[in-house]
Amino acid sequence: MSDLSYETVARFAQQGGLIYFGLIFLAGCVYALLPSKKAEFKHAARMPLDDEELL
Amino acid sequence: MSAPPLKSGAPPEGSATLLIFCVIGAFLAIVGAGVSSDPIFRLQFETIAIAGVIAAFVLNGKLAGGTLVDQPDRYSDNVIKAGVIATMFWAAAGLLAGVVVAAQLAWPRIFYFPELGFLNFGRLRPLHTSAVIFAFGGNALIATSFWVVQRTCKARLGLGITPWFVFWGYQLFIVLAATGYLMGATQGKEYAEPQWYTDLWLTIVWVAYLLVFLATIWKRKEPHIYVANWFYLAFIVTIALLHLVNNAGVPVGLLNHRSYGVFAGVQDALTQWWYGHNAVGFFLTAGFLAMMYYFVPKRVERPVYSYRLSIVHFWALIFIYIWAGPHHLHYTALPQWAQTLGMTFSIMLWMPSWGGMINGLMTLSGAWDKLRTDPVVRMMVVAIAFYGMATFEGPVMSIRAVNALSHYTDWTIGHVHSGALGWNGFITFGAIYCMVPWLWKKPAMYSNKLIEWHFWIATTGILLYIAAMWVSGIMEGLMWREYTPQGFLAYSFIETVSAKHIENIIRTIGGLMFLTGALIMIFNIWKTITMPTPETAGTQSADDMPAAPAHAIA
Repeated sequence: MSDLSYETVARFAQQGGLIYFGLIFLAGCVYALLPSKKAEFKHAARMPLDDEELL
Repeated sequence: MSAPPLKSGAPPEGSATLLIFCVIGAFLAIVGAGVSSDPIFRLQFETIAIAGVIAAFVLNGKLAGGTLVDQPDRYSDNVIKAGVIATMFWAAAGLLAGVVVAAQLAWPRIFYFPELGFLNFGRLRPLHTSAVIFAFGGNALIATSFWVVQRTCKARLGLGITPWFVFWGYQLFIVLAATGYLMGATQGKEYAEPQWYTDLWLTIVWVAYLLVFLATIWKRKEPHIYVANWFYLAFIVTIALLHLVNNAGVPVGLLNHRSYGVFAGVQDALTQWWYGHNAVGFFLTAGFLAMMYYFVPKRVERPVYSYRLSIVHFWALIFIYIWAGPHHLHYTALPQWAQTLGMTFSIMLWMPSWGGMINGLMTLSGAWDKLRTDPVVRMMVVAIAFYGMATFEGPVMSIRAVNALSHYTDWTIGHVHSGALGWNGFITFGAIYCMVPWLWKKPAMYSNKLIEWHFWIATTGILLYIAAMWVSGIMEGLMWREYTPQGFLAYSFIETVSAKHIENIIRTIGGLMFLTGALIMIFNIWKTITMPTPETAGTQSADDMPAAPAHAIA
């Protein structure tokens, strides 16, 4: 436990945080840009326009 | 409601349970009010008891008369109608309170009432902020989310009677909070002033809201969950989390209105501003972006400009916002690295914010002419422009050196109001101008001219307000830091206050204009609802819920 100093924790939090955020952002971009999702998103972009009555 | 027509069909699921809940709740509140020796606690619990008794009587009457019938094959729109009326009622109340506190700052000799303590600035100011954010904004979010989630999921609201519990439960929360503030029942946390029992009540209502929203998504007929629902869901879930953590406290006694928070010192400050800034981020941003993502495409009849951008900026927004709070605590006991972290994340926030702004504005591609012909579209576009402006100004103000000048000054007030009046106010007005004719089955609003008047009066009001606050904010910031050659402060505090007199008058006028616009809108909505429906004269299908309480609030 001797090396659990402020510097160690801070470095882990900073570097880990950076990597974590980078990966999350990358995952979001990959998901958004997946070619297989293109049709679904194209349909989704029009969802407010065709939402008439329930029956 | 004389001789209600008997209809076949069962009442909505959970009606009997809700009736029992109201009766037991009213009984417990009466006992609590009777046993307590704390006058504020007694009055607050008498309020709860009255609400419970009225709710029980109305619900019982509806059940006994057979007028409360579930209609599983239709969207539940009556609760949204009630939400629209409540939104406009609280808009008028909250904006009026704002004009009064602005007048108190401009003319303290005229609007200071030593005999009426409950009308002091310190009591009215939280009343104003909570009324506009939680009562006006909250009702607008609940009403629009109920509209949007049903339409984009092609499913009726879930959980039977629960949406009505959410609506009336939320109104009770507002009444308890507002009357509590006037009596001085506050835990002194900004935007989280209500005391422990009001907080517990909101928790119950909010969990019910989350369950209704999730249940509706659960039974959706549309496989894809539309982006607006993601924003609404982020708003509901995060507000629940923020509310629970920030309000953690211990009551002085179970029959006492006071409580003490579990955090102390700088931890308390950090928790408060983690809450406070995310209330801005998730209540006033994510929820209203959801409104934008439905009502802008719908009104201009164009698809979302880039659905991919909406996904990227959604995830970026929610992951970054949650860290931005410490920028409220520059130059405090908070460790400097935490301040820097808050500042850095605030600057990063600029990008996802503008992702949303660009997506909203560019949705008008191919329909820009509507900006000239349709004042509702113009209102929503100005809202998005104010969103872009406020989310650029915010990161700038979060920079430590800028904050040294801007913090505690009117600049902050101006920034908040360009977001609240310009963005939240206008996008809500736009959404409601869309929904009122849809809900009440009218071809259009009663008067387009009146919408134009509303738009121009309110826009001028906002500009007067924020321009005055920039001037007075930077002026007082510079005056506070002015030193004499001997090293003394050049101005006493009261000198900086009297220097702002003209700006305070201008802001009062600006606020009065914004209120005037809202009153014009209320008149326009009233005329729209009461105007005759063209073709089928009043053969609309039966209401599935009490219309009487909805009118009672207006």
